[in-house]
Amino acid sequence: MIEYLIPNASSFGGEIDYLFDLITYIVGFWFILTQAIIFYFIFRFRHKDGVKAQYLSGEEHHEARWVHWPHYAVIACDVIIIIVTVRIWLDVKMDLPPPDDKIRVVAQQWTWIFVHSGPDGKLDTADDIATVNDLHVQKDKTYHFELQSKDVLHDFSVPVFRLKQDAVPGRTITGWFKPTKTGEWDIQCAEMCGIGHGLMGARIIVESAESYSQWLARQSVTKTGEALAAASVEKPSLPFTKELNRSFE
Amino acid sequence: MSDTGIAAGHAAAPHEHHEEMDFWSKYVFSTDHKIIGFQYMFTGMFMALIGGFMAYVFRMQLAFPGESVPLFGQVTSGDYNMLITNHGTIMIFWVAMPVLIAALGNYLIPLMLGCDDMVFPRLNRLSYQIFLLSAIVLIISFIVPGGGFGGAWTAYPPLSASAEYNHTDWGSSLWVLAVALEFAAFLLGGINFLTTSMNARAEGMKMMDIPIVVWMINVAVILFMASVGPLIAGAVMLFLDQRIGTSFFLPAGGGDPVLWQHLFWFFGHPEVYVVLLPAMGVVAEVITTFSRKKLFGYKTILYTTFATGVLSFTVWAHHQFVSGIDPRMGNIFAVTTLLISIPIAEIMFCYVATLYGGSIRLTTPMLWGLSFIVEFLLGGVTGIYLGASAMDVYFHDTYFVLAHFHYTFFPIAIIGVFTAVTYWFPKMFGRMMNETLGKIHFWGTIIPFNCIFIPLFLLGMAGQHRRIYNYNNFPDLATENLQDLRVFATSAMVIMLLFQIPFIVNFFYSLFYGEKAEKNPWKANTLEWVAESPAPHGNFKELPKVYRGPYEFSHPDAKEDYWPQNVPN
Repeated sequence: MIEYLIPNASSFGGEIDYLFDLITYIVGFWFILTQAIIFYFIFRFRHKDGVKAQYLSGEEHHEARWVHWPHYAVIACDVIIIIVTVRIWLDVKMDLPPPDDKIRVVAQQWTWIFVHSGPDGKLDTADDIATVNDLHVQKDKTYHFELQSKDVLHDFSVPVFRLKQDAVPGRTITGWFKPTKTGEWDIQCAEMCGIGHGLMGARIIVESAESYSQWLARQSVTKTGEALAAASVEKPSLPFTKELNRSFE
Repeated sequence: MSDTGIAAGHAAAPHEHHEEMDFWSKYVFSTDHKIIGFQYMFTGMFMALIGGFMAYVFRMQLAFPGESVPLFGQVTSGDYNMLITNHGTIMIFWVAMPVLIAALGNYLIPLMLGCDDMVFPRLNRLSYQIFLLSAIVLIISFIVPGGGFGGAWTAYPPLSASAEYNHTDWGSSLWVLAVALEFAAFLLGGINFLTTSMNARAEGMKMMDIPIVVWMINVAVILFMASVGPLIAGAVMLFLDQRIGTSFFLPAGGGDPVLWQHLFWFFGHPEVYVVLLPAMGVVAEVITTFSRKKLFGYKTILYTTFATGVLSFTVWAHHQFVSGIDPRMGNIFAVTTLLISIPIAEIMFCYVATLYGGSIRLTTPMLWGLSFIVEFLLGGVTGIYLGASAMDVYFHDTYFVLAHFHYTFFPIAIIGVFTAVTYWFPKMFGRMMNETLGKIHFWGTIIPFNCIFIPLFLLGMAGQHRRIYNYNNFPDLATENLQDLRVFATSAMVIMLLFQIPFIVNFFYSLFYGEKAEKNPWKANTLEWVAESPAPHGNFKELPKVYRGPYEFSHPDAKEDYWPQNVPN
């Protein structure tokens, strides 16, 4: 159901959408049934003159089963949901497939710096390409990202990938994704990070192999990655001081 | 009075002299549990007006970004952060907590247990005074240089720990101070509730004769007292980080920001049950009374309440699935989180079963009580999505979480409170509320409530993340369709706020001019209905004795369809 509202562009996004549908069918059935029973009872047992209510304690076994049986059904449904969610969680967060390429994502108040590995496919080499607020990736390649923060908590969120991971200062957190569709979408910071939190967006550009290599070629011609990385890692001088706070609207 | 043991020793003025007290000692420095309950209630309602106004301002900003909001003006991103942060803080800590636990606990526990006051009346008064101080500190934090704290109500460091990051040097420290003071106040109150319930019950009242709302308030305060320690410790550490430069939560000095999240949520999740349980207890009282039915499965409800309480300590890290904790923890907490749906579902089933075979009258309190069940169910089932760790990867910090949360907390803090106020109003103030105005208020609140939050589920599913003052900065979220949903939710919100006027009119009109209430207008069984309406200082002319459980409605041996606890035959 989620894909009606937002496309899915990653390999594990479909699994998460499937989990949503599964939970919706299971809890939706129980939810509607319970609501129907409540409204039926309210109507059926409305006050009528001369009709006295029944005296039931709910402690007798034959009475209590009316709440226990639905309750066993809830347990069974929970078990199904747990099994599926754990399986998908393993795929998304724990079993990282071997990478085709690596990127480094550095969050800071209130920009994203993306370090692409460049033509050699390795980070921390001279041909790295650092960009601010746009991330270029290639369709059908498996990426590992190294997520870092320079100041406060941020959260690397790519809704079309169904991907989200907090960036914690002092740590490097590794995750993965594999884009399956070309296009350009939002990257969000999904963790409150201060006055500029509402501006901390970026774009992800998923490209075909051909246009990705063209982009790569353009970058190497204009500047070396190292120089840009050094330049952009400095905190951009954005006007987010207390006095200029008023300029946001 | 003498046979209630400890209660006999308290220092309140003798009952026969209470009318001589001047205004100050009767209403301001009173040790009477009912007056203290009212103090909490009115302070909570006043804070609810502030919290509601904040919601109005930031919802207007979201619907019409950048335009001047009537009664407020331009909303900057700093203002927006401050408004959402303090809306959350106020509604949970200064509305739900004081009204549901402190006001209802104070008002109901001695009355329902058939004793004349709390066992520690002065401690009780001190508890309110510290609470009032905490509210004042919080309000001052809005107007200090730099403005109020804007780092979200969860106050995650490093943002909250350093003025360099949050730009609210004083605001963030006063926020932490206010929260810590407030917790200290409730600790004092909690001790009092437990001791009173254990030691000062009316003669003949066995443990299984205690009304379920009193049980639930007691379980809630146990949860509160057992969980709040780590957070108070955390608040002190955060305050030290802010003010004297320690590094408990700052990685630059060797600290760990994720530690705060554990301390916060170790308290924060039981806190959900701390406010949920009293509201569920209130609903139990109301649905039994107005369906003239014995509560279905009293002991089952009681034991599942205990189970919920124990389990609520094992689920906290489901708020942290993507926070950088070891992913293996995700599996453990997904399992415990889904497990906690089991006792809560059981309690809900018992409530529904209570309606079966009843004689249901849809009075205003009953409408509120039933709507609690109906609305809370949606809050409950949407929790399953978020407890499923893999699903939470997508929904974490989106409007889906926000809508889920409000489908639990709105029933708790708003519906639960209106259920309680409309039900006990005759006992509190000796007059009946107007039913017509009550029903207008009910429908005018419930319908817009659903119109606010159902669109927000959809926005969350579309990937809209929280705490953003202007979605035009995110091209995928700036579409016309999504903006229409935001405008719709905001319009419903304004309508809902306007429909609170009938309640305020009804409340104050009935307070002075309502029809006089008899002792037991709803023909209920519990002991508070034995006292005069309004209940005088000292509560009962002579302390009642208890002969049976609290829910003996429509008993075949009873002459009428109710059988009060204090009637011998």
